[in-house]
Amino acid sequence: MAQEAVSAADAQQAGWETIVTDWSSDKQTFRVPWGKAMMWIFLLSDTFIFTCFLTGYMNVRLSTTVPWPNPSEVFGLDVFGVSVPLLLIGIMTFDLITSSGTMALAVNFGDRRDRGRTAALLFMTAGFGALFVGMQAFEWTKLITQEGIRPWGNPLGASQFGATFFMITGFHGLHVSAGVVYLSIVAMKVLRGDYEKKGYEIVEIAGLYWHFVDLVWVFIFAFFYLW
Amino acid sequence: MAAEGQQHPLKIYFYIWALLFVFSAASYGTDFLPHNAFRQGLILLFMILKAGFIVAISVRMAWERKALIWAILGPPVVLLVLIGLMAVEGDYTELSRLNFFSPSLAPAGHEAGHGAEAAH
Repeated sequence: MAQEAVSAADAQQAGWETIVTDWSSDKQTFRVPWGKAMMWIFLLSDTFIFTCFLTGYMNVRLSTTVPWPNPSEVFGLDVFGVSVPLLLIGIMTFDLITSSGTMALAVNFGDRRDRGRTAALLFMTAGFGALFVGMQAFEWTKLITQEGIRPWGNPLGASQFGATFFMITGFHGLHVSAGVVYLSIVAMKVLRGDYEKKGYEIVEIAGLYWHFVDLVWVFIFAFFYLW
Repeated sequence: MAAEGQQHPLKIYFYIWALLFVFSAASYGTDFLPHNAFRQGLILLFMILKAGFIVAISVRMAWERKALIWAILGPPVVLLVLIGLMAVEGDYTELSRLNFFSPSLAPAGHEAGHGAEAAH
């Protein structure tokens, strides 16, 4: 009987229409808003991109034929004449963790439909993100102008250091910058009351993205800066 | 469609926030240790703890349904294969680089290069 039903449907439709019919039947796998499922799938693909970068970095560093520059010295800062290793990167890490906390709170107040606090916390999160990008710009400027590090070589050792550094942190910084814009737009829409009827899921979806950016930094910090 | 939003007490977020700060401070602290296997173990430990809490609590994966959890956390497992292969092949890559790209050890390549330049 089922066979008959299928052939009856086939008789009426042909080619691409059958594909549409099969995929659009009333089925649902993920019991979350579709935007949230889409964000998860986007983040999954992003995971693959970042892992490919970090794996490439691992391979060039494992096989380096000249000494690898010591990141703890390269990224050290002089504070009142005392050199503190990795100071700027440490501050950037704490800045991102702080923004991760304000983001979690924003999502939480979004669940409670607390418009004012949600918007304020989203703006704070975007602000910490902008601060992160600012510090990264400072770090890049210092590396390029003072240390002479270029994507194709540097005076400290393995030339792949510059290539992988600019590639990995650049791609992460791009994500943070996009996140700042994204969060600002969501915050303005929250403030305007756009989600009063629609629901505050968008705040949670933006939160997924922001926490992912934070998660990627955890791996970059461990493998690029500390290792 | 049961797509009700999640709601959790604020307490757990403050607790996880504080934990992430502690782990961040601890992993920053590993930079003061000498470079050895112990340091690398600590780096990995704090990294996994931080990543685990972010995935479980911050993005609320712990409260999602299994269909979503496995769809998101399953595919990255194949990345471990890639990482493993590249780690195992690292010495081969190094040999190739020593053979073909090391300035002191690649006279054949250099001579060919100079010959080409002389022809200009």
